[in-house]
Order: sequence, then C-alpha cells, then structure tokens
Amino acid sequence: MAETEKDDKAVDVTKATEAAAAPHGITEVTTVDAATEDEAVAALDAEVGSGEPILQVRNLVKHFPLTQGILFKKQVGAVKAVDGISFDLYQGETLGIVGESGCGKSTVAKLLMTLESATAGEVFYKGQDITKLSGRALRAVRRNIQMVFQDPYTSLNPRMTVGDIIGEPYEIHPEAAPKGDRRRKVQELLDVVGLNPEYLNRYPHQFSGGQRQRIGIARGLALNPEIIICDEPVSALDVSVQAQVINLMEKLQDEFNLSYIFIAHDLSIVRHISDRVGVMYLGKMAEIGTDAEIYDHPTHPYTQALLSAVPVPDPEAREGRERIILTGDVPSPANPPSGCRFRTRCWKAEDKCAKEVPLLAIPERFAGTDSLAAHESACHFAEEKDVVHA
Amino acid sequence: MLNPTQAPEAGPVSAAAEAPLPGGSEITKARSLGQDAWRELRSNPIFWVSAVLLVLFLLMAAVPSLFTSTDPGHADLRNHYLGKPEWGHFFQPDWFGYNGQGQSVYARTIYGARASVIIGFCVTLGVTLVGGVIGMFAGYFGGLLDTLLSRLTDIFFGIPLLLGGMVLLQAFTHRTIWTVVLALATFGWMPLARVMRGAVITQKQADFVTAARALGAGTTRILLRHILPNTLAPVIVVATIALGGFVSTEATLSYLGIGLQSTVSWGVDISDAQNVLRDAPHVLLVPASFLSLTVLSFILLGDAVRDAFDPKLR
Repeated sequence: MAETEKDDKAVDVTKATEAAAAPHGITEVTTVDAATEDEAVAALDAEVGSGEPILQVRNLVKHFPLTQGILFKKQVGAVKAVDGISFDLYQGETLGIVGESGCGKSTVAKLLMTLESATAGEVFYKGQDITKLSGRALRAVRRNIQMVFQDPYTSLNPRMTVGDIIGEPYEIHPEAAPKGDRRRKVQELLDVVGLNPEYLNRYPHQFSGGQRQRIGIARGLALNPEIIICDEPVSALDVSVQAQVINLMEKLQDEFNLSYIFIAHDLSIVRHISDRVGVMYLGKMAEIGTDAEIYDHPTHPYTQALLSAVPVPDPEAREGRERIILTGDVPSPANPPSGCRFRTRCWKAEDKCAKEVPLLAIPERFAGTDSLAAHESACHFAEEKDVVHA
Repeated sequence: MLNPTQAPEAGPVSAAAEAPLPGGSEITKARSLGQDAWRELRSNPIFWVSAVLLVLFLLMAAVPSLFTSTDPGHADLRNHYLGKPEWGHFFQPDWFGYNGQGQSVYARTIYGARASVIIGFCVTLGVTLVGGVIGMFAGYFGGLLDTLLSRLTDIFFGIPLLLGGMVLLQAFTHRTIWTVVLALATFGWMPLARVMRGAVITQKQADFVTAARALGAGTTRILLRHILPNTLAPVIVVATIALGGFVSTEATLSYLGIGLQSTVSWGVDISDAQNVLRDAPHVLLVPASFLSLTVLSFILLGDAVRDAFDPKLR
C-alpha cells in the first residue's frame, strides 16, 4: 500500500514537472464564450485532462477600501491585500501557497471561492471567468470548487448534526443526489474520511479537532468537486493529527482525482503535499515552481530567508548553515514600498529595486538552462543560494 | 461523487486511523447543546423552585376553578372588610379575607393570575418576534438598513415603557387585555432587537456561515438554518427576564387606572386596595405578593437558563 502511494507520488511529480516545463508557468487562456447559461454549465461540468490547466488566475487584485467619515464616506486609501497575482493550477496537482501572516493567502482563497468580489483581474475555471458568472453557472462553479477551512471548531455549525452538516450540500444542490440516497451518501462520506458512519446523529462538539476537520473535508467532498481550496487546513491541529489529516487528503486526491490549492505557513507540510509551490509576500507572488525548484534551488531572497528558518533535524548540518535573519517588520499593505515589495528587508536591495517592479519571470541568467533554478522568481538579482543544506 | 459500487465497508481507511470516541457503546446517541443545557438545569435548585412556581401560576391562569370554587365577582357586603384573613382556612374563600366589596381576596387573586400571565406571555411573544426580526435584518444586512433600524431602536429606547404605554392606552376608551398587550409590545421590543442584532453580527462572521455561502446557500437558508439557531440562547434569556417586567408593568398600568377595565387582575385589585391599606392591608399585600413571586420566578428561570446555555459559565 505504502509503496503504491510512493509510486503515485513519483508519477505526479514528473507529470507536474513536465506540465510546468513545457510552457513554463503561465499558460495561454483559451476562453470559452458560452452564449446561453446551459452552454456555460455544460462547459463548467466538462472533464479536463490530467495535467491540463484547470484554474488560471490572471492579475488578480483585491483592494479593501479604507474609508473616513460617518455620513459621507470618503475613500482615503486601500489595503492592497492581493495585488496582481497570476498562477495556474493543473488538473490533479497540489499547488501550495506559502507566506507569512497577512500576505494575502486567505484573501486569495476567498477570491477563488467568489466569497469576495475581485477588484480586478480574472479567475478562469475551464476557460470561463468565474468572477463574472452568476445564477446557474455560478452554482455549477460552487459545486466544482469547494473549500476546507482552517479552524475545525468554528467551521461546523454547533446546532446541526454531522449528518445534516455533510448532507447540506445535497439540499442546496438537489440535482447532486436523489433524496432517498442522501443518508447513504453521507454515511459513505463519513467512511471515506475515516469516521464511523454511525456518528451521523452526533453533534460537532462531541468530536476532537482532527475528527472535526475530517467532517469538514467530508462536507467539501460531498458534491464531488474537482478543486478543493484548503485554507490552512491543519494549522489548528496537533502535530500528530496533522499528519493523519494530510495523509487522508493525499489519499482522497488519488481516489477522487482532485486538484488542491493548499494554503499554509508550515513549509515542511507544504513540501510534503505539494507538487508546485508559490511563495507570496505582501500581496504579490515572489517565486513559483515545483517543490524541488523552490526548496532546493530558491532564487528569490525572501524564499531563501524563509527556508533558512526551517528547523534542520541534524545538529551537525545545522552548525554550518547560514541563517538569514530578516530585519524590520512587514510593511503595511495599505502603503507598500515602491518597486519590489521586499526591498525594505532585503540585503541585496539597490536603487533599481525601488524604481522597477520585478516581474515574475524566469531570471535571465538561468533562462534556457537545465538548472532547477530556472523557474519564475520576481527578483532583479535572482541567484541561487543553498540555504537548506549548507 | 462516490463510486456507487464501493460499499461502505470497502473504504480502505475506515476506522483504522480513527481513535474511538469516548463512550463507544452509545454510538448513535446525540447530545445537542439543548440537551447539555437540560442536564445542567436538572441539577440547579433555583431552576426547580422557579419552574414549580411558574407551573403553579400557569395552572392558576389556565384553570382557576382547580383552586377555588368561589366566584371572584361574588360580593357579600356582610364581609365588608370585617372578614379578616383566616390563615388556617386553606383554600377556603376566607383564607386571605375579604375586600371592600365583600369579595373573597383568595378567589380574586387566583382569577387575577390569568390577565397577568396572558399579558406577560403575549407581550413577550410579540416583542421577541418584532425585536427579533428587526435585530436580525439590521445585523445581517448591515449598512444603511442597519443604521436606520438601529436609530429607530434608539428613538424607541428614549420613551419609557410605562409612559409610552400610558399615552397609547389613553387613546382607547375601551381597554381589554389585547390593547394592553399592543401598548406594551409597541414600547418593549428594543432590548430584544439589540440582543438579536449583536448575536447575528457575531454569528454571521462564523466560518460555518462562510462555508454555507461557499456551498451556494441562499440568504434564507443561512439566516434560518445557520444564524437563527445560534442566536436563540441569548434571546430566550432576555425574553424570559423581560417577561417578568411586562407582568409588573401591566400591574402598574392597572394600578394607575389606565390598564385593564372590568377584568379581575392583580394590578386592578392593588389599585382598589390602596385606600384601605391601614385598615385591611391583606387586601393589598396578597395580590402584591403573588405578583412579586411571579416576576421573581421568571427572572430566576431566565438566569438559570442563561447559565445553562452559556458553556463559559460551566
């Protein structure tokens, strides 16, 4: 069993690497122009081949206005929570998004779920911009993109039984399961996430944190979605339980052919589960690539600083390692630095960094090489620095 | 979603990764918050005292003939004030003596419970509905609607319940129980609206509401299935405590002569008895004690229910 899992994982990695290697990173968006709602829904429910881009995020922006005045509200600025982010999610892969608190990770999750309306930019799901959909087409999107929440203690309604919580998706989308079938489906889901199907009539407060998170995952799975957005799904759990939940999620990914966007701040967990990783800093993507590219060959100074803080379980290796300690605090997203957002804390910063915004692209010095450092990095002075093994 | 051929027991993870829940024998037994609260209440003596008193008052209101066979309106002037209470004559017409008309104070007190209890319950029901709906809309939709409704609440808060009730009741020449209910409900809904608004604002930010929205749930479902059940506990508590207040306000209005007319009621009796307080204090004290006990038991019940529903106090 363990061996097959390993094999699967290996296949996944090569697949993702190939996909990323061909048109490295940002792919062409083939938009679908659906004339009628029926066509739109049909296109949204269509199958996508493994390794094809399923979700394409382009220049996504979310600014929260800052207002002043009681009666006549005047906008005095904006918190630039997400400021122009582009990435692709390929079918069947796990894209990890890491970054420190307040960098906009959770806002990205809410935007992808259309729980917040984007200020600008597009999110193409199977070629249709979901930020502009409404009515039945939006319902189809909701069926196909689901979410697992961070805190298993607040994400389940304390007044509903587990059966009602997991069965609610079927009540909202009655077309997903005939009425007589629902109870059996809910029990199957409980079984799939490793809970006793007899727990149907229990209330959330009778479960532990890990069990509650499994209930949350079962709810996310109920509508047979293609994408699950996990917003720090294990950060509220004990370390021992984290592993159980992560392994469950990997198993479900294989079983149901899911694509994950996995948002977290724990770099080790992200490495464990992700095929590709994006590093966010202050509303921008700093670096994105496969997990080997990011973890073993980081080229952006922020990624290098992050990785140098990862604990190394080997005292001797730890001795020789250079620890990059960043000074200062994260600047306010309401008033971010000009040019490169990281320049105020970067040891490489020069005048150019204040004037020019570095683009998220493969650095020139690595372009065309076979090196794993040839992945997108938003830095004018991108270079390799082995921070993990040194 | 699931492969239909996959039988439940075929799930490879199944219970292997699963630590057994405590009390595995009662697997299907559910324990809701309400049931937890009930377990808590059962061991609270204050709850039992107030509950027994309330059941007694409710019985008096529903079937007064259980307690006395005397007609509360029957007047025998031979007993005019001279009929002092015979404290040993339990459940007899002269148990609590006679009033100025020679009517049995005991019978009048028993029959007087009905008006107080009906008014207390109906006003509470009315203010919970009106205040609850206003608070829920203000809290959930926010923005301009919230501003308008909250200011409306503030304006009504500026009018004292008693004064407002008096002014409104003056407009009616014929006053029944229902006009009193209307008057008290009109000026008594604000605390409920505020509590509801606060509770809704807290709950609407909860992750499970976001989860329901992410599933595509509509406003009605979110309000009724997710927000309302989680706001009921504080609302029930405030309503229970307010109920006692409404009963005493009704008595005050009747005492002032602008409440009930030609109805047997504690307030009316207290009002009639004030002139003879020194000669025959029992005519005033008996209905007044019953009134105090009713209000007290509602407030105690409200306290006990709040403690039971608040997990932080356990």
